[in-house]
Amino acid sequence: MQYLNAFWVGGVICAIAQVLIDKTKMTPARILVSFVVAGVILGSLGLYEPIADYAGAGATVPIIGFGNTLAKGVMKGIAEKGFIGIFTGGASAAAGGIAASIFFGFVMAIIFKPKQK
Amino acid sequence: MKYSKQEYLDYVDKKSPDSPIWKNVLIAFLVGGAICTIGQGFSEFYKNVVGLSEENVKTAVPITMVFLGALFTGLDLYNKLAKHAGAGTLVPITGFANAIVSPAMEFKREGWVLGLAAKMFTIAGPVLVYGINSSIIVGLIYYLIQKL
Repeated sequence: MQYLNAFWVGGVICAIAQVLIDKTKMTPARILVSFVVAGVILGSLGLYEPIADYAGAGATVPIIGFGNTLAKGVMKGIAEKGFIGIFTGGASAAAGGIAASIFFGFVMAIIFKPKQK
Repeated sequence: MKYSKQEYLDYVDKKSPDSPIWKNVLIAFLVGGAICTIGQGFSEFYKNVVGLSEENVKTAVPITMVFLGALFTGLDLYNKLAKHAGAGTLVPITGFANAIVSPAMEFKREGWVLGLAAKMFTIAGPVLVYGINSSIIVGLIYYLIQKL
């Protein structure tokens, strides 16, 4: 059942983004930025965790989940380290994804040549 | 004949063909859902087969998806899919990896520093700027509320 939940929730999140692209002419970059910020806000209010519990990767794989990770991380950071946690919490929680993006992005960009359009 | 900017936009809007929105949305739903289902597969694999802790699964899945997104962008398969899938390939974290690799590959010829490395962040940069900044603002508010 977890697979079905992941499929339809993840699909709905992407479908919402597609409606925004088609109806508001938002650029892909703006969609990504808005969805991350939305994830931080939803995560900080504790509204995203129930969705993540229900849908698993359907909620964590979309970029909103990245925002949720940042928000949860900052609250955990504050609980553990106090004021310093405001600055370290978000980035620490998201460190794996960020570092992997930079590393694999770099490696793949070196290995592969851009295709002629 | 003179148009104001708004009149011109309305005119262009009227003349440009309606994109079949329901079809775009359906494809975005199916492809986005499929990518998340793959992510779920890795999640189950890391939890049940590899035996990672829940905390580590939550880090391992994004890393895996970012790797795959970057690889399939390099192979020119992701962009082919993205042409049809729109937000279905954009919104999953694989789309974030795609947004890093595509410009980095393209601008490689302009050098290793200001070409490849700088252009990696054309779209990823703004995502990190707004993501991390909003998390810091949320943290400040949360911290102050706790102190009051």
